[in-house]
Amino acid sequence: MNMHRYEKIWLFLAASMLVIAVVYSGVQTFALGQGPPSGVGMIDPEKVEETAPFDNPGTFQISENEYEVVMILRAFSFEPNVIEIPAGATVHFKMTSTDVMHGFQVIGTNLNAMIMPGHIQEAKQTFKKPGEYLVVCNEYCGVGHQLMSMKIIVK
Amino acid sequence: MEAIEKQSSKISKLSGGNRLDSRLTLTYFSIAFVTLLIGGLLGLLQGLNRAGLLELPTNFNYYQVLTAHGILLVLVFSVLFVIAYFYSVLSHTMDGLFPVVRKMGWISLITMLVGVVLVITNVVMGNASVMYTFYPPMKASPWFYVGLFIVVAGIWIAAFGGFTQIAKWRKRHRGQHIPLLAFFAMGVFILLFFGSLGVTAEVLMLIPWAFGWTETINVMLSRTLFWSFGHTFVNIWYLTAVSLWYVVVPKVIGGRLFSDTLTRVVVILLVVSNIPGGFHHQIVDPGMSEGIKLTHALMSMVIGFPSLMTAFAMFFVFARVGKKKGAKGVFGWIKKMPWGDVRFLAPMIAMIFFIPGGAGGIAQNANQLNQVVHNSLWVVGHFHITVGVTAVLTFFGAMYWLIPYLSKRTLTPAMNKLGVIQTLIWTIGMVFMAGGMHTVGLLGAPRRTSYTTYGDSATAASWDPYLLLLAVGGVLLTIGLVLIVYIVFNLMFFAPKGTTEFPIAQGEDNASETPKWTERWSVWIIIMLFIVAFGYVFPLVDMIQNAPPGSPPFITW
Repeated sequence: MNMHRYEKIWLFLAASMLVIAVVYSGVQTFALGQGPPSGVGMIDPEKVEETAPFDNPGTFQISENEYEVVMILRAFSFEPNVIEIPAGATVHFKMTSTDVMHGFQVIGTNLNAMIMPGHIQEAKQTFKKPGEYLVVCNEYCGVGHQLMSMKIIVK
Repeated sequence: MEAIEKQSSKISKLSGGNRLDSRLTLTYFSIAFVTLLIGGLLGLLQGLNRAGLLELPTNFNYYQVLTAHGILLVLVFSVLFVIAYFYSVLSHTMDGLFPVVRKMGWISLITMLVGVVLVITNVVMGNASVMYTFYPPMKASPWFYVGLFIVVAGIWIAAFGGFTQIAKWRKRHRGQHIPLLAFFAMGVFILLFFGSLGVTAEVLMLIPWAFGWTETINVMLSRTLFWSFGHTFVNIWYLTAVSLWYVVVPKVIGGRLFSDTLTRVVVILLVVSNIPGGFHHQIVDPGMSEGIKLTHALMSMVIGFPSLMTAFAMFFVFARVGKKKGAKGVFGWIKKMPWGDVRFLAPMIAMIFFIPGGAGGIAQNANQLNQVVHNSLWVVGHFHITVGVTAVLTFFGAMYWLIPYLSKRTLTPAMNKLGVIQTLIWTIGMVFMAGGMHTVGLLGAPRRTSYTTYGDSATAASWDPYLLLLAVGGVLLTIGLVLIVYIVFNLMFFAPKGTTEFPIAQGEDNASETPKWTERWSVWIIIMLFIVAFGYVFPLVDMIQNAPPGSPPFITW
């Protein structure tokens, strides 16, 4: 197959761009620990309320500057629906759904995850700037989907 | 060359096949554009609602409207258009459809319509406000899923009609390459069939569950099977648009084909690399390791490669035509292009929009960038410029010669001018709407959400000005919509009688022979299945073996 010289250069640059994108993504994921939310834990979606840790949802301090937030999502609310954490603390979220799929997006941050029944989703975020963060469900979950939101208050 | 062209057009006129084929494809196009009109008007209602300008009644609420909009445009309009276009291509380049193929075309159409009526009736009755992604464990009426299955069966009949046509033609033309546009048709029909196998498996699991014969459903498996189809269909419209760019646009501007071989290689690459691309819709899902996600980021990224080949080929063709017409410098060709010719203008704008569209696609494909925009209005903006401009505006551009060709009429200068106006209104409408969606999506506004202030949140209030752009864009697009539907039916029934050419660019005089290996579709299909297996076997086996307890059904609307 005959190719123009310019075309070879163009395709080399194009392929390099795509390779760089993937390599960079890999470095971010594995070397810098910035992978996408990928919790692999499982749970019986019909027994969420009686299974630890979801039998006791809430915010828990686990070390000096680290918190764990255990959260249940259901149509059309988050439980708990307000959490308070100090600025600069790292927060580990553990979330699941008791019914349909939901989304968990903290506006103003890169924290964005799918929450599915049967799966325990995990995500981690450090909130440096104090303020009130709006959290919305960004996966259509029914007629009250637009009402499903909560707040994270960073002090 | 001209003598041969004249002779072949004489044959197609004498063969008598064309009239019957035209009736088939014009019927498809008529239904497609009526669907577009209805689906588009539903889109306007959503834009107005989302901007807070219109309250929808409870018995036909935002989510019902959105479900119907998605299904009618993403599934029905595009599939009808793609099948009609490629059946016209097969008929034209192969001197008419074989009678059995024409019959399959009709059976496919009737089957799909039966399915669509079943699906849409359930949506209108409020039994299926589940969006066109119908993620379980949301449970629509079982008849909604049965309807979807019937639609897919219709698509398969059309795909097998295409295979039959090509196989029969090859038997009669041993040693010849199938015509380039038919080569694109082959690629598209392969993707229509293999790309919908996953979703069919999903629907066949949902039907007994929705009827209550099985108690629970594997949510993750369903979602993954859905997306093995979801993104493949995107690339089917895209491959259709690309066929027009490579083969039709050069002829319209008075040029030649870039390279027959390279074009065929692009088709093969898009076909073999396509299906695993759907995985990038699941980058922020639970239940999948980061390693699998990165593998799939790579596999989706591969689709970008043939697109970049296309970008080079197109600009090369423009530059070559410009040079022939006396253009100087690197960008001199821009002045030499027939901008006033809607058959060029529409696909050209479509191509220009593929630059931001494709770049946005590559961005969303990366693990971390995806997290920023996942399920936000950015995504909606992305597919409105890729599908709504890159694919659909190319389709519109084809209507100005394809409909008159089929209806044995001509495009008048007045209609051309109206077409230019339509193209510009459509483009400006999309700039407003998709531009607003991209921006507000970056700020965090979620997709698929009706008007809300989130309890008078200040953050949500800051989105309002951008959401108004959605309404403005929606109004402009509606004007564009009414115009294109008027133009299509005018060209079908009222334009002056005459003959219109089906523009197909020829290769350069010194072009090298296309190698025989491009024709080995059995090999390409095996490679495709191998790549699909590489992408899917491990995650699917894992999802089935390590599944959490299944989910019972929920009706949350």
